[in-house]
Amino acid sequence: MGNDGKAKKAWKDEFLKSCSKYESANASGRKIEALYDPSDVASLDYERDLGYPGEYPFTRGVYSSMHRGRVWTMRQFSGYGSASDSNKRYHFLLDRGQTGLSVAFDMPTIMGYDSDHERSEGEVGMCGVAIDSLEDMETLFDGIPLDKVSTSMTINAPAAMLLAFYICVGEKQGVSSDRLRGTIQNDILKEYIAQKSWIFPPEPSMRIITDILTFSSDHVPRWNTISISGYHIREAGSTAAQELAFTLADGFAYVEAGIAAGLDVDTFAPRLSFFFNSHLDFFEEIAKYRAARRIWARHMKEKYGARKKESLLVRFHTQTAGCTLTAQQPENNIMRTAYQALAAAIGGTQSLHTNSMDETLALPSEKAVQIALRTQQVLAHETGVTNTIDPLAGSYYVENLTNQLEADAEEYFRKIEDLGGVTKAIDMGFFQKEISDAAYGYQKAIEQKTRIVVGVNEYVIDDEQIDIDLLRIDPEVEKEQCKVLTRLRSRRDNAAAQAALDELGKAARGTDNLMPRIVECSRRYCTLGEMIGVLKAVFGVYKEPIVY
Amino acid sequence: MERKIRVLVAKPGLDGHDRGAKVVASALRDAGMEVVYTGLHQTPEMIVEAAIQEDVDVVGLSILSGAHMVLFPKIMKLLKEQGAGDKLVVGGGIIPEDDIQELNKAGVTKVFTPGTTTTEIVEYIKTEMASRA
Amino acid sequence: MAIPREELLKRFAGGQRAALSKIITLVENHATSFPDVLDELYPRTGKAYRIGVTGPPGAGKSTLVSSLVQTIRTKEKTVGVIAVDPSSPFTGGALLGDRIRMQDIGTDPGVFVRSMATRGSLGGLAEAAGDVADVMDAFGKDVVITETVGVGQCELDIAEACYTTVVVIVPESGDAVQAMKAGLMEIADILVINKSDREGAEQIARQTRAMFELRDERNGWDPPVILTVAFKGDGIPELYEHIEKHRQFLAESGLLERHRQSNVEATIKAIVEGDLHSKTWNEATLGRLESLVGDVMVGKVTPRQASGVILKMIEGRQEGG
Repeated sequence: MGNDGKAKKAWKDEFLKSCSKYESANASGRKIEALYDPSDVASLDYERDLGYPGEYPFTRGVYSSMHRGRVWTMRQFSGYGSASDSNKRYHFLLDRGQTGLSVAFDMPTIMGYDSDHERSEGEVGMCGVAIDSLEDMETLFDGIPLDKVSTSMTINAPAAMLLAFYICVGEKQGVSSDRLRGTIQNDILKEYIAQKSWIFPPEPSMRIITDILTFSSDHVPRWNTISISGYHIREAGSTAAQELAFTLADGFAYVEAGIAAGLDVDTFAPRLSFFFNSHLDFFEEIAKYRAARRIWARHMKEKYGARKKESLLVRFHTQTAGCTLTAQQPENNIMRTAYQALAAAIGGTQSLHTNSMDETLALPSEKAVQIALRTQQVLAHETGVTNTIDPLAGSYYVENLTNQLEADAEEYFRKIEDLGGVTKAIDMGFFQKEISDAAYGYQKAIEQKTRIVVGVNEYVIDDEQIDIDLLRIDPEVEKEQCKVLTRLRSRRDNAAAQAALDELGKAARGTDNLMPRIVECSRRYCTLGEMIGVLKAVFGVYKEPIVY
Repeated sequence: MERKIRVLVAKPGLDGHDRGAKVVASALRDAGMEVVYTGLHQTPEMIVEAAIQEDVDVVGLSILSGAHMVLFPKIMKLLKEQGAGDKLVVGGGIIPEDDIQELNKAGVTKVFTPGTTTTEIVEYIKTEMASRA
Repeated sequence: MAIPREELLKRFAGGQRAALSKIITLVENHATSFPDVLDELYPRTGKAYRIGVTGPPGAGKSTLVSSLVQTIRTKEKTVGVIAVDPSSPFTGGALLGDRIRMQDIGTDPGVFVRSMATRGSLGGLAEAAGDVADVMDAFGKDVVITETVGVGQCELDIAEACYTTVVVIVPESGDAVQAMKAGLMEIADILVINKSDREGAEQIARQTRAMFELRDERNGWDPPVILTVAFKGDGIPELYEHIEKHRQFLAESGLLERHRQSNVEATIKAIVEGDLHSKTWNEATLGRLESLVGDVMVGKVTPRQASGVILKMIEGRQEGG
């Protein structure tokens, strides 16, 4: 690079005359230079490292036509109150042009408690919809034909039960399970790492997951069985590189579990999908998505011997970063979200959720949700961002960042392997410590003002009056939900329900696949809490390690 | 010996969002306080029992599930019943302004919403403790 | 806000947990408002059996303690737990997280858990922890368990001041070696290999057993090596059995009495040394120290001569007083 190097040095000298900050740290603490040039991507080989969209290693995108062929799915995560409240919201969103559903469940559902359990007090319907049994699920999808929509469900520890409810709603609507399309998050590893909504210990949790993988490849072949999620890892405070590395490491752990359970990697890997965050550092986020595709493809092909092209693809959903939203001057969140959405679009996302401006204050109101959805629609239809695929390829900066992120991830994979794998590293608190250290560092940067957050530590409005209508959940929802449960328990065939639960317990103690039993329990209107209760008795519950 | 400020940082409710609780706990530690962290998914009974056994000066509650209007007042009630109503109780999380006023009335003296700096929290606790000494 | 001392003692005697807690705070802070609180309580001590649990970070000590407490509770005995964690030497703050793993015993009225920071006290930590154990003893706890991280001498002292010292390690290679280096093996009355469902547990057990056989018998007690999986409760009843056996052994051999004697001796010494320390450094002596440091730096006097000056000051004060 002889001459190039000299020219760059001359430029750099000039630069330093007027500005001392040649390097600065981005939101992840990564050192970013003021300029990148061909020397920063000298090792890049187009065929080997980028390829064409839809071609190995898929850095530029998983499909050949990407957003030209079809704009990403606009999928707003929502759910609150009772099943009928949420059903109304879904109809509202579908009427306004949303193209997929994404169900948010309340905490009792996520933790496997029925609404009338004492631990559910005050939580029912609060941060999502309360689902206790198939009956609620029937109400939730009332008037929504399951063969016409794809539905994503953010559910993990009880994912098997919610999938079973969905299959049963399909049966009632006359839609066979092989026609159902959608996703269950079902990513328990990131629960231990970041989101902390676990029920069982890792070992039985992984068994439930492999049972789902096996069952689904036979009966629900179009269903995405795990949405391997970096979103929550990032929300818990990780850097971009940690999000990338930990998510893919989790993904590899599922692949290894599937293979260990005797499955051919190509039978289940095509149904694995991903879920990433879109945070504030625009270019690093784009590089992250590109690196994710390349790393996954390489490992799946070279390490796990996948032969099907579909097994190599990182198909992913993106949500803009909730943790970057501020309670101060909440309208500013609209702009933050828009930039993050743009990064996701350029990064080649398959679906997108844009956060509502009021989410630091309460669940989003109808108005706020509409603005969030419109943000995506403006992006897709007005800005021209869909016109060309992977438009930043070849940028010295973005390619260099992509390489850096890949190298960082590989470094983390080595560390995790040295610790004995993902579950061991969880037990040792490795991920948790990495993330909380990063979170604390991020917070300190804000407080020392090395990071500016508009409206929080700069451009502050004193005595700000917040003028936004908030959505409030009626406490009556909880009472009503408890009544529904009491009625259900008195009306259903309790002997049949109990028999189904006994069968589930028997299967849990043995090695039979749990899924058919769970579907049978659902048909018999066993509640979520009853099913989880049976499994807790066999599997035990997970306890949090001490990490700080 | 200098009197140490002892703080219980607790997560009532079912949500697992402990980023805020842990960041605050670390910041309080770095400000020289002794912080007892309870971990996730605590019932009001567990929190109150811990506050009593640890004889903390301050109870910090972090919640993002929306159940604050049920759980916070319940904790306040139990603290009073157990003769520990004198502790400074503060909260944090996604809590709307109207609710904050209600919680203030119930005895949760201060509620910190997203975007609050840890410096503010540290200062608040130090000032309150100084005025009580 | 402060409760009058008679009222506080009355509530303590009446079994009120809040009073126990307040008194622990007073003792921990060496509160000048109630300096003789321990004298008031001392006649009521001596009944609780004291168990020390120590081991390297990550060995699962808190989980083990929680599980052990549950076993002890089935024998109708009440338990006090003192969980000691280090204070930051820079800020003096501390993050005490042992309760996270003790949720199963958190609301049992027969159990009282207190987290304690080391507060960088000058070797007085073992005494401070012993004082807190005395308070729990006086309150009527049948068993007091003190848990410390086995990293420093202070922490080892705490564990050793207990009648039965349980050392916890995990099968990971190197853990046993580390424990040996840290002097943990020497103080173990019982060695626990926790997380023993992991690879290598049996092997470590064999190695440590062989090691115990090689060393001089400690007054006729051969430390057993026990395999546990604390979070499942596996091996915990056996652990408790061995604690009981050790207790019997100590009682029958007269060692328990000797143990108490040496604890009393250590306590008296610590109080005397603590008092001397606080009496030594006051405004006058600290002021003199500063000027003497200057003198040493410019070569006027040696450090030894300087200390002589201060010692004279103190002696003079004592004679005068």
